[in-house]
Amino acid sequence: MQHRSILLKVLQTSHGTTLISILAAAIVLVPILNLFVPESSFLHVPTFTVTVLGKYLCYALLALALDLVWGYCGILSLGHGAFFALGGYAMGMYLMRQIGDRGVYGNPLLPDFMVFLNWNELPWYWYGFDNGFFAMLMVLLVPGLLAFVFGWLAFRSRVTGVYLSIMTQALTYVLMQAFLLNDFGFGGNNGFTDFKDIFGADVQSDATRIALFVASGLFLIGAYFLCKFVTESKMGRVLVSIRDAESRARFLGYRVEHYKLFVFVLSAMLAGIAGALFVPQAGIINPTQFEPVFSIEVVIWVALGGRGTLYGAIIGGLVVNYTKSFYTGAMPEMWLFVLGGIFIISTIYANKGVIVGVILSVIAMTIFQPLAQAISEDFYQFILLAVVYAVLFSSAIYFDRLYDLAKSRIAATNWFTNLNQAPHTEEAKS
Amino acid sequence: MTVTNASPEIKSILYLNGVTKSFDGFKAINNLSLDIAPGELRAIIGPNGAGKSTMMDIITGKTKPDKGEVRFKDNIDLTRHDEADIANMGIGRKFQKPTVIESLSVWENLDLALAGNRNVWQTLFFKLKKAQHERIDEIMTLIGLSEKRDALAKNLSHGQKQWLEIGMLIIQEPEVLLVDEPAGGMTDYETMETARLLKEISEHHSVIVVEHDMDFVRALDCRVTVLHEGSVLAEGSLDKVSSNQQVIEVYLGR
Repeated sequence: MQHRSILLKVLQTSHGTTLISILAAAIVLVPILNLFVPESSFLHVPTFTVTVLGKYLCYALLALALDLVWGYCGILSLGHGAFFALGGYAMGMYLMRQIGDRGVYGNPLLPDFMVFLNWNELPWYWYGFDNGFFAMLMVLLVPGLLAFVFGWLAFRSRVTGVYLSIMTQALTYVLMQAFLLNDFGFGGNNGFTDFKDIFGADVQSDATRIALFVASGLFLIGAYFLCKFVTESKMGRVLVSIRDAESRARFLGYRVEHYKLFVFVLSAMLAGIAGALFVPQAGIINPTQFEPVFSIEVVIWVALGGRGTLYGAIIGGLVVNYTKSFYTGAMPEMWLFVLGGIFIISTIYANKGVIVGVILSVIAMTIFQPLAQAISEDFYQFILLAVVYAVLFSSAIYFDRLYDLAKSRIAATNWFTNLNQAPHTEEAKS
Repeated sequence: MTVTNASPEIKSILYLNGVTKSFDGFKAINNLSLDIAPGELRAIIGPNGAGKSTMMDIITGKTKPDKGEVRFKDNIDLTRHDEADIANMGIGRKFQKPTVIESLSVWENLDLALAGNRNVWQTLFFKLKKAQHERIDEIMTLIGLSEKRDALAKNLSHGQKQWLEIGMLIIQEPEVLLVDEPAGGMTDYETMETARLLKEISEHHSVIVVEHDMDFVRALDCRVTVLHEGSVLAEGSLDKVSSNQQVIEVYLGR
């Protein structure tokens, strides 16, 4: 009894704790493997990979933000990409101002695209963005303010469900159209790119890339704990009651619109941070980030990882994006089918099994990658995929059973141990 | 348990005068007047479509009347307030269909309903005090769900959900409880237990019960108001109203 296997111990800790430990370990290990392991080594992590991982962490933060409003408060936002993009644009404006006179046109004040448009002075809304502190404040305030105004109007008028989702979708679409205009002053369809410095450091340098990766990881962990605090407080239970029975919450005396507004604004700010961290790592921000399809993809990440769990959203964000990179690299034409397939399956098995299944599918993909590349005929690829997925899902279900079995064994052992101790009462969270 | 401030100055805890509400030309409530004294237990009966639920919606702020007065404690105009305000002023409501938070436990449901500040920040940093803890335990005993403390509300039986909702109402410490068909879908035993529970509650609160079940209303042993087509048809003891010729025609269908 004293010597439980490590596997059982891992299974016993909560998913969230396990995930955060893995993330924390990655934040420490990845930079070490990049900086101190020689490039020839198998263990070396190239800087390119560090940046890719950093971007995944930003996506995971965005998924976490969406899970807070959708999973706990039932607000299905189909426009969270807008807050992500706004945070990204705020960061982009700062980065553009940092270029200074190193642009193609060498104008010390105006970014290149403004010179190109024959503008003579900086628009008023660009003032202050040369200051890093101000820009970072805007990363929080701009998405937060938009969420506040939008939420204030929508929640007060009691717009809920599908209607609200459509409105959020319209919101991001309208913003996309606006940002596509050259006259709007945000670089039109090209957006911002060609960044040079961030907080005095070269954006392209290895050290900066690692710092950005670490920062993304730390913000993700911080945001996780913040969301955990909110959802485990009494407020978390109020949010759940709004999700499950809104009128009950009202008749209990809770001012539903205030609660919705609070989480919506908080979530938008987290999405803004995610966007701000994403832009220097991606090296570009343009209106495609406002595309409704992107926001819908975020919903899929959350749905896949497990809505209303927080850790599930993070896993969904990481795993789906990794899978996407794999497929768009190995067999681009298959990606949308795979995404659709994963989504359908995740709705059928909307349970912890999905997470396990996805993890298994990633592991399997890594194994099958060379195989998939070897087979160039589309038909064979298709057959191969079908087989891979059949195997994966049977194993996912099998693994799920194993998991339950392990858990029940732990429960039995605990019960036995606890017989000699104080009676086992589960204190309610307070 | 807080005792209702049945202070002598307050004449009626709830006062409706000439209330009318129509939906697309259909008068759900038509010139309805009702007067509930502090500490009173009142049963409201009436055939389907008599306007009972609309009346509750108007009192709790869900629906605004087209005209008429709705007053709480003589001088608070309820038509100017919304659901959350009215709930916080002290009017609790139980729905016809038991509405508890399914994915929370019995204990968490009661904790949610517990009287206290409903402000966002207060809720975020809320810590349960010992007295409040005991209060929840006390209510759990009252509604007979102590053993189900950590059971999720969705796993309760229909009758248990009804009781949990009544428990949530009591712990909210309202001055008036509006209870919509509490005996719906209950066994005979549960129905009688519920009547007993409501009578116990009415010792400290004003209670208005809307009900169809005549045995249940008889068990409540209180003043009865009969609604028909949105207005009051008769009022008095159950024996008195059930011998009223008009009531017999419209309601008892003889």
